[in-house]
Amino acid sequence: MTRKHLLGIQDLDREEILEILDTAESFQEVSTRPIKKVPTLRGKTIINLFFEASTRTRTSFEIAGKRLSADVVNVSASTSSVSKGETLIDTAKTLDAMAADCVVIRHSSSGAPNTLARLTKASIINAGDGAHEHPTQALLDAFTIRMRKGRLDDLKVAIIGDVAHSRVARSNVHLLTKFGTHVWLCSTPTLMPQGVQHMVCENRHFLHTTNSMDEAVRAADVIMMLRVQFERMNESFFPSIREYFRYFGLSRRRVEQAKPDVIIMHPGPMNRGVEIATDVADGPYSVILDQVAAGVAVRMSILYLLLGG
Amino acid sequence: MPLKLNYQLMKPAELTATLDHMAEEILKANDGRPLVLLGIQRRGVPMARRMAMRMAEKTQTKPQIGTLDINLYRDDLTRVAFQPVVRRTDIPPNIDDRDVVLVDDVLYTGRTIRAALDALCDFGRMRTIQLAVLIDRGHRELPIEANFIGKKITTKDNEVVEVKLTEIDGEDAIYVMEKT
Repeated sequence: MTRKHLLGIQDLDREEILEILDTAESFQEVSTRPIKKVPTLRGKTIINLFFEASTRTRTSFEIAGKRLSADVVNVSASTSSVSKGETLIDTAKTLDAMAADCVVIRHSSSGAPNTLARLTKASIINAGDGAHEHPTQALLDAFTIRMRKGRLDDLKVAIIGDVAHSRVARSNVHLLTKFGTHVWLCSTPTLMPQGVQHMVCENRHFLHTTNSMDEAVRAADVIMMLRVQFERMNESFFPSIREYFRYFGLSRRRVEQAKPDVIIMHPGPMNRGVEIATDVADGPYSVILDQVAAGVAVRMSILYLLLGG
Repeated sequence: MPLKLNYQLMKPAELTATLDHMAEEILKANDGRPLVLLGIQRRGVPMARRMAMRMAEKTQTKPQIGTLDINLYRDDLTRVAFQPVVRRTDIPPNIDDRDVVLVDDVLYTGRTIRAALDALCDFGRMRTIQLAVLIDRGHRELPIEANFIGKKITTKDNEVVEVKLTEIDGEDAIYVMEKT
């Protein structure tokens, strides 16, 4: 891969995505070894710069970096100079002066990683920016789908829930439509962004929207539930949680409308009983923990492709 | 870099005979102990498979086989211009205290084998690690030698030994090429 940064799925082409997924398959094995470590990125410094709360993404990047023998430093906004009023740009320049090789950034503002990429010598990896993109999540989702379904084209993927606040949905739409899979976005009208169809440049006809969960899950190969992001809601988007679950929550009855070999995904963290029923989350169709395991392999692959060689 | 053919070193029949002969030598040297054959990606992998078949014909017991990709252990990752493709590593479980034979096509500088030894150390402590190569072309940069050699040849620095195997290249042959 000749790319220096990973800022979004939108500007990746299919070959680059497949290179990341194929390399991740090779990296899966490292996590099964008695000594779960290879010396590949010895001497490289990776800084996890997280301005928003995160458990799995930050931990996953940290584990991926450490399994490749890189030195991983975690900076969270609440304990850093950011709380003293330092700007993003100054923080980035400071980290650059310490010769970081890679900065993994999560930020509440869309485009923050792109700004950093212009200003630093380090490779920048977007770990989620505002409601824009979360490329590594879409890549690990694609990895999980390909592992279970054997392909990335000609599937029906339903993405259901809080589309408006979801960078995961956007990155997944970009990735899956590139490969020719039908993506159905489903939500309440209040949580469905206006003009969302126009976000896809190529293969626009693979993106569909609906307010009917029945239509979204009917004969679906993959159901991807999105977390209701209460922390980003400063007004009321639906009358009550009970009503939301009734119309947009994934219950066992809904799962039965999908294909018999459907897989259920969730990027986590889950709100059990809000967007997904507990028996579905823990049930036989759920691949939610496979996604977490895939996350480490996919992030190792990305770190290797950006920093190795 | 364009390569021009210098000469053909082996034809299919000789290549097969050489692999069979190496397989028998390995059996003899290991005196009936169960073996693990580890092919180094890429051409060591089909070599290990073929030698294991030959051993199975001779002894009615098939040695375990595995594959090893050494790219994560290279000492020149920051220096090579291209990015090596990381292929699969698949080591049989519990190879502690086993006799392991590393299998590769060409022994040249010895750096691939150095990386392979480092990789194997992460999987435990084997009883022995032996090395079988189809071609030893000299020019070592590290103190590494093979236990089993198909053919030893003298080469010039600007030559390239290309081993072709049907499973990967569609033909069985060895060519000595020259950088022009």
